[in-house]
Amino acid sequence: MSTTLPARLSVADARHLLGRTGFMPSPAEVAAWVGLAPDEAVDRLLSGARRAQPRQPAPAFTREPIRPPLRAQGDVEARKEALRQLRADTVALAAWWLQEMRDSPTPLAERMTLFWHNHFATSVQKVRQAQGMYVQHQLLRYHALGSFRELLHGVARDPAMLVYLDGAANRADAPNENFAREVMELFTLGEGQYGEQDIKEAARAFSGWAVDRDAWTARFRPRQHDRGEKTLLGRRGRFDADAALDVMLDQPAAPRFIVGKLWREFASPVPDAAAAGAIAQRFRESGWRIDTALRELLLSEAFWAPAHRAVLIKSPVELAVGTLRQFEIQLDNAEALVGITSRQGQMLFRPPNVKGWPGYTEWITSTTLLDRKRFTERLFRAVEQPRMEVGRGMQGGVGVRFDAEQWLKPLGAWPDREPDAAARDRLVEAVLATAPVHPVPAGTVGLSYLRALSLDPAFQLK
Amino acid sequence: MIDRRQLLSLGGLAFPALGWAQAAASAAGRVLVLVELKGGNDGLNTVVPYAHPAYAQLRPSLALKADEVLRLDGALGLHPSLAPLIPMWEKRELAVLLGLGYPQPNLSHFRSIEIWDTASRATEYLDEGWVARAMSAGLRDSARFTTEGVAIGSASLGALTGANAVSLTNPEAFVTQARLVRPAAVQGNAALEHVLRVESGVLQAADGLRGQGAVTLATEFPSHNFGQAVRATCQIVAGQKGKGGVPVFHLTHGSFDTHRGQLGTHANLLKQLAEGLAALKAGLVEAGAWERTLVVTYSEFGRRARQNQSGGTDHGTAAPHFVMGGAVRGGRFIGSMPDLDRLDGNQNLVHTADFRQLYATIARRWWGVNPEPVVRGSFDLLPFLEV
Repeated sequence: MSTTLPARLSVADARHLLGRTGFMPSPAEVAAWVGLAPDEAVDRLLSGARRAQPRQPAPAFTREPIRPPLRAQGDVEARKEALRQLRADTVALAAWWLQEMRDSPTPLAERMTLFWHNHFATSVQKVRQAQGMYVQHQLLRYHALGSFRELLHGVARDPAMLVYLDGAANRADAPNENFAREVMELFTLGEGQYGEQDIKEAARAFSGWAVDRDAWTARFRPRQHDRGEKTLLGRRGRFDADAALDVMLDQPAAPRFIVGKLWREFASPVPDAAAAGAIAQRFRESGWRIDTALRELLLSEAFWAPAHRAVLIKSPVELAVGTLRQFEIQLDNAEALVGITSRQGQMLFRPPNVKGWPGYTEWITSTTLLDRKRFTERLFRAVEQPRMEVGRGMQGGVGVRFDAEQWLKPLGAWPDREPDAAARDRLVEAVLATAPVHPVPAGTVGLSYLRALSLDPAFQLK
Repeated sequence: MIDRRQLLSLGGLAFPALGWAQAAASAAGRVLVLVELKGGNDGLNTVVPYAHPAYAQLRPSLALKADEVLRLDGALGLHPSLAPLIPMWEKRELAVLLGLGYPQPNLSHFRSIEIWDTASRATEYLDEGWVARAMSAGLRDSARFTTEGVAIGSASLGALTGANAVSLTNPEAFVTQARLVRPAAVQGNAALEHVLRVESGVLQAADGLRGQGAVTLATEFPSHNFGQAVRATCQIVAGQKGKGGVPVFHLTHGSFDTHRGQLGTHANLLKQLAEGLAALKAGLVEAGAWERTLVVTYSEFGRRARQNQSGGTDHGTAAPHFVMGGAVRGGRFIGSMPDLDRLDGNQNLVHTADFRQLYATIARRWWGVNPEPVVRGSFDLLPFLEV
């Protein structure tokens, strides 16, 4: 049987693996992985990600006493101030996370935390508690490569989720179907794998949870729980929330649904049914180990197939963070990144709805594409003219630190000289996942060459 | 002293308005503005069956009182927040389509809006939006459009998916930034093809919109997002005089997903909607385009007839929608109200009209194209257009 897996990683292979599992790697990062066997490389990635810890403490507000709910504010002014505080906190939290992504030696841990943030999408817009968003973030981070079952059970009683999908309003005498529907449609089984009656029965099973807003904890109130018998997905029993979740996980659709999502995130836009089915089976057998599913996927033929290189589209977070990592650029102010990714359609902690960011080609509309191009163009212009403003609306602009000479030299190029043919090939390989659409005009010097490549349509791909 | 309104109509005459208006009587000059109420707008509290005894029973804390609603006839009235729409109703430029839905209703936000956007059956999955199919059915050949559609804001293209359409927030900024794009043949894998198609759409639209910077309207637009999307729409329409123009706009407003604490949220959203729609009319009148514009609201579904215990409503089915414009036969209801005494198995309303009747009517009467490929079948038209 012919295999597409390389015996040893080439520069292009290492770039593919690191680009897909992290944010675009710098040439120096790539060099450290060249020559490894694929399973060595994947195991190294996974063990690094499992041990990952944030490098910087989260913003101070996450350690302060729980803020009272907005609606508890007596007068209009106090409410306005609380709302302003909420916005500032959310921006600080997103900036902290983006900086972690920028600096992390184990970017896969960040990518998986982001993957689950998108899967169990919850928005601060409705939760209105930035500390609560951080509590949820810690939960996602803790289980990012661990047990999907534990993660699901944790999310179901996470206060932010209970608020976001109205679980906290679901009582025996007052069922609310919101969480019951979305947990099956979007978190476990997929659309069409359940009926309206299953939603009603599941809502009964989930009844009785509340959020103590002073402590930001979930509380079970037995008297508000419907203890009656339910019929859910063909099974009968006095299911409570945990039992109902396990009934869902027992459906054959569940592991397939999650693996399909992982596939589209890391491998290609359309999962191969047979290959994904085999991974789903291993995922199920491993006791829902996310790292096992990911290992199978990253060592699959499909992941390495030449036809699947450069077929995915960078998310705004990948584009912004990836560009900084790729060129070893630092911004003086991470908050600029929050504005940049938001304008391109991805504000962390504020997904558009419970389905999360739709991704793939949906990332690219004329609006977002122009914004993406403007970001890289301004970034390189700022390098050419230091202290230029990168983040629009930022006070006094954002400083950009990039040592172009240092970056170009190992590739045999210089900022103010036109690269020769060999150096041009190395630059393209370092910057793009595939050949550029537009040839770079003759006479373009090193630094402008990078700007030109970053404006090429191929720069949007990974 | 000349008051502002008079000045406007004088200003309006500065354009070769008459010749243009005649040319625009054909389908090619017409504009369709689609206003998507994201999240599922609660129809029963929008067009309120205030006189029906079941209404108050189903909604102990959410039912609007008979003396609050803006009565349109003996049975139905508008939510009080919709007061800015009443002048349009009285001028017969606004009609209410009752009970729009489709068989085998899907209660998922995402699937249901996909059904509305693609005009598919509940059981089939289509890639193209219904507007794109109207383009292929002949609309594309009727004029040299600047671009086939504009979605305002970062919203998805929705019904414009598959057409040669763009999204933008600010028309001037869009034209300026288009310089970052260079022409290229569409090539490569699906992802690269998509990027290149978007790029070529940007180039084409920017060509058509260039030189519009000078358009300033005296109409005042609300400062909220929806009001600003209305402003951009009016600016583009006003700047397109005598050019191929933009035939379709897609605006969004919401979220109307009011599972809890609905009363305040809904009142606020409807107020913004009505303010925005009133400003849309004013801006289009100023641009001399109201007679050739059709405005339509839609949403993925209505909401549950019986309120939930969180002071909200869960996902539902059929709902009423508005059609507005100078060519609308308004001041009346089209179709019939779903029966509050005969709900379906999920306690939801049973639709009395198919949303594809609305689209088929637009295809046939507004654009003059064969509706069959647009809605993939034969649907009775709805009598809401004068043309």
